Amino acid sequence: MEKVVIDAKGMHYTPLNKQVRQAVASGAKEIEINNVLGQRFIADGLRGDVKITINGIPGGDLCMFMNGPECTVYGNCEHAPGNTMDGGMIVVHGSAGDAVAHSMRGGKVYVRGNIGYRGGIHMKEYESKKPMLIIGGTSHAFLGEYMAGGLIMVFCMAEEPFMQDRGIGSGIHGGEIVIRGEVADRLLGVGAKKVEFTETDLKRLSPVIEDFCSRFNIDPAPLMNTNYTRIVPSSSRPFAGKYTWE
Amino acid sequence: MTLGSVPMRYKVSIDRDQCMQCMRCVDNCSYGVYRVDGDKILVDSRKCTACHRCISMCPRDAISLQERPVDYRSHPVWTAQVREDVINQARTGKIILAGMGNALDYPIIFDRLVLDACQVTNPSIDPLREPMELRTYLGKKPSRLEFKKNDQGDVELATELAPNLKLETPIMIGHMSYGAISLNAQLSMAKAVAEMGTFMGTGEGGLHNALHPYQDHTIVQVASGRFGVDIDYLERGAAIEIKIGQGAKPGIGGHLPGEKVCVDVSCTRMIPLGSDAISPAPHHDIYSIEDLAQLVRSLKEATEWKKPVFVKIAAVHNVAAIAAGIARSSADAVVIDGFRGGTGAAPKVFRDNVGIPIEAAIAAVDQKLNDQGVRNEVSIIASGGIRNSADLAKSIALGADAVYIGTASLIALGCRVCGNCYRNLCPWGIATQRQDLVDRLDPEIGAQNVANLIHAWTLELSELMGAAGLNSIESLRGNRERLRGYMLDEGMLKVLKVNPVGA
Repeated sequence: MEKVVIDAKGMHYTPLNKQVRQAVASGAKEIEINNVLGQRFIADGLRGDVKITINGIPGGDLCMFMNGPECTVYGNCEHAPGNTMDGGMIVVHGSAGDAVAHSMRGGKVYVRGNIGYRGGIHMKEYESKKPMLIIGGTSHAFLGEYMAGGLIMVFCMAEEPFMQDRGIGSGIHGGEIVIRGEVADRLLGVGAKKVEFTETDLKRLSPVIEDFCSRFNIDPAPLMNTNYTRIVPSSSRPFAGKYTWE
Repeated sequence: MTLGSVPMRYKVSIDRDQCMQCMRCVDNCSYGVYRVDGDKILVDSRKCTACHRCISMCPRDAISLQERPVDYRSHPVWTAQVREDVINQARTGKIILAGMGNALDYPIIFDRLVLDACQVTNPSIDPLREPMELRTYLGKKPSRLEFKKNDQGDVELATELAPNLKLETPIMIGHMSYGAISLNAQLSMAKAVAEMGTFMGTGEGGLHNALHPYQDHTIVQVASGRFGVDIDYLERGAAIEIKIGQGAKPGIGGHLPGEKVCVDVSCTRMIPLGSDAISPAPHHDIYSIEDLAQLVRSLKEATEWKKPVFVKIAAVHNVAAIAAGIARSSADAVVIDGFRGGTGAAPKVFRDNVGIPIEAAIAAVDQKLNDQGVRNEVSIIASGGIRNSADLAKSIALGADAVYIGTASLIALGCRVCGNCYRNLCPWGIATQRQDLVDRLDPEIGAQNVANLIHAWTLELSELMGAAGLNSIESLRGNRERLRGYMLDEGMLKVLKVNPVGA
């Protein structure tokens, strides 16, 4: 089936999502939504093999609970794109607000610009499902808070200093956060520790770097080195020492 | 050894004349109280939790148990418990965790409320020969109805109704997750609620495949850890519940210890084997009442507005104002969990000191929603310390639509409220994932026990209503005229909007 084009101008999110679902149900492989301006929950709970292009600025919780589709946004995003997302992909040609990829359990979120506070909070992985949050710019505080699994990469491609906000990986008990350049100790949250980023890590993550760059037409060469800081949990049971039993 | 040991909490003894050395106590005790030495059963009382498994299995009634066999110097302020907590913390420097609900001796308001019955002027109703309407619908009720005539000239409803849950009795089973309790315990409850035409909560732990046949009787929970939450899970439930807070530990998150994360739990929760499952204190996409509305609507949007969404909060000081906010968030019901609510594990200082009793919370919420004209927007579900049909009837008279029971349903499965749920050793096969222990709980028999309990309370509720001359649950709901306060102070009576006895 050919491409379905939806004009979202002045439309509430419920009829908009209804049209998206209908298009997917009738076999559309490509959906273009134009004039998006603040509609929340686009592609909420959506399943299927479909590419969605959003022209405009979607509201909060873009692709929440989504499993499968690929969603490209030409614009910025409001808060929590990829909230509790299960599978599929979001590509943002712009920046995004707070709690990006909140509790995400699978799939990928690529943001070309910056993200707000608490990005990747409580992301978790299970078996083959490893969520990825990749950021071209930088992030505000509490990146990867309570992180339980998956991968967060921050390329800091804007101006230096690369990463300035604190609380990175507060309460992290699984997964890894990889940030380009040096990360000052004072920026680490409770339960997070820095480890060396090795050639093996670079080899392992090269496909991720290359895929991200190809999506945004960026030359990957400046990113293909070991100038990264890798942040991992200091324990998989951060609260184990806090309690005694009655 | 500056502190030495504290006295043992329980003393177990075997009447050697009665004992026939069948070894059932040895086999049944998962805490290791009993061991065999030659032809003698030896007892280590320090390991006892008073779970009563051995006592219930002993064919000769040969085992006796005594609580606190060693006296402390009696003191009304420095109780044995207070002294032992101080010793524990002096030793460890840590937060004390404890199982089950609030264990402090607060007065129970339910026990100071009495119900009404008809005499002479208004005849009572015999439920044996009159129909008693207990069917309860949970969810939004329209503030007005509009009708239209169709082509045939018949009148049709024009108002679009919001989805409601239909309960045959206003008793549901509250959220106890797979992980906190065993699969056989959840299965027992699922079969029971399906049989009784009511619902159970899944807790924050996903929905195990074995429960799928009963999914139309489950309310799936979305809590701050989002464990086991995906679109399939949301679509399976008859309703969705957002857990903001819990009566046993208001204001703090949850924490399933890695020991309880076995293969099946890891698969249902979608987390790695043996890792801690940490639910943060707040939902990090809810920092305001507007954000709550956004989460409610995101769940409705994901399930195409076909399912009611509940919001559960702990009963705290401003519960009424919070519930009024929830009523405006598109939520269909507010669940209030009182400070006597149970839990697998909670910091003792929270369990015993934070939150307010459910009785006052129900009355305050019902009143506030009525005052603001939004009572029809949300149903009220009460939980936390509902022990019998009298508590149920009083909850409804104070303004609840239905109740959740938790501890009572566990007791129906064998639980003796020993409060060691966190140790993964529950010898009744309830709060454990150890397969040999889980196998002790037969879901068919368990289901019958739980169904019996719900059935018995339903019968008693009908009798209480009949005696009060009421034949429908709607006539009892919020009907505080049918309650009187006995030895309650004026301030409390005012909050409850109940008159004192004799008035």
